[in-house]
Amino acid sequence: MAEIKVDVRGETCPIPLVEVRKAIKKAAAGDIIEVIGTHPASKKEIPMAAHALSIKILSDEQTGEEWKIRLEV
Amino acid sequence: MSDKATLIVHSGDLDKIYSALIVANGALAMGMEASLYFTFWGLLRLKKGGLDQGGLSKMNMLGLGRLMIRRRMKKANVASVERLILDFKELGGKIIACEMTMEIMGVKRQDLNESLIDDYGAVGTYIQEARDSAITLMV
Repeated sequence: MAEIKVDVRGETCPIPLVEVRKAIKKAAAGDIIEVIGTHPASKKEIPMAAHALSIKILSDEQTGEEWKIRLEV
Repeated sequence: MSDKATLIVHSGDLDKIYSALIVANGALAMGMEASLYFTFWGLLRLKKGGLDQGGLSKMNMLGLGRLMIRRRMKKANVASVERLILDFKELGGKIIACEMTMEIMGVKRQDLNESLIDDYGAVGTYIQEARDSAITLMV
């Protein structure tokens, strides 16, 4: 069960979504993907994409300008 | 209805190419399939080194507007057109080049960035892609 880190801090639309999608494609069932970013819209949209792809959202937090989302494939 | 987005990229303007690629990548990121059909001015962008050569669709001001937008995009850390199209391909997006446009404008396959193009076709190819797509757009 691998933990995959995706760092998209400072990246803007559509890169955070794209990088998460790439990570999901490469992941195996049971892998955890941890995304860190700063783009405000992506904080809402990555959970939308996870939902559309039937990926479980483990956590979704914000510290200052940075958000961190953990997904289970 | 297939969970797919098909876009006609008719315009070669920089802002419109960006829009097309961002929407297409967005569709892929959300779990849809995506196809881009490049025709007329859009097709010229598929020429080698031609991706980011378009002016702005409005307020180009002989290139000054384009320069200003590019500066602002750089400041906001917006990805390059080259990167967006490579991401599009990596996520499974499909690119179709319009053969009619190639004939009219005298563009040969060797002139184009062939590694990006999945298929060459005419309007029938586009219609087949679009007829059952949930999202169809003309940019």
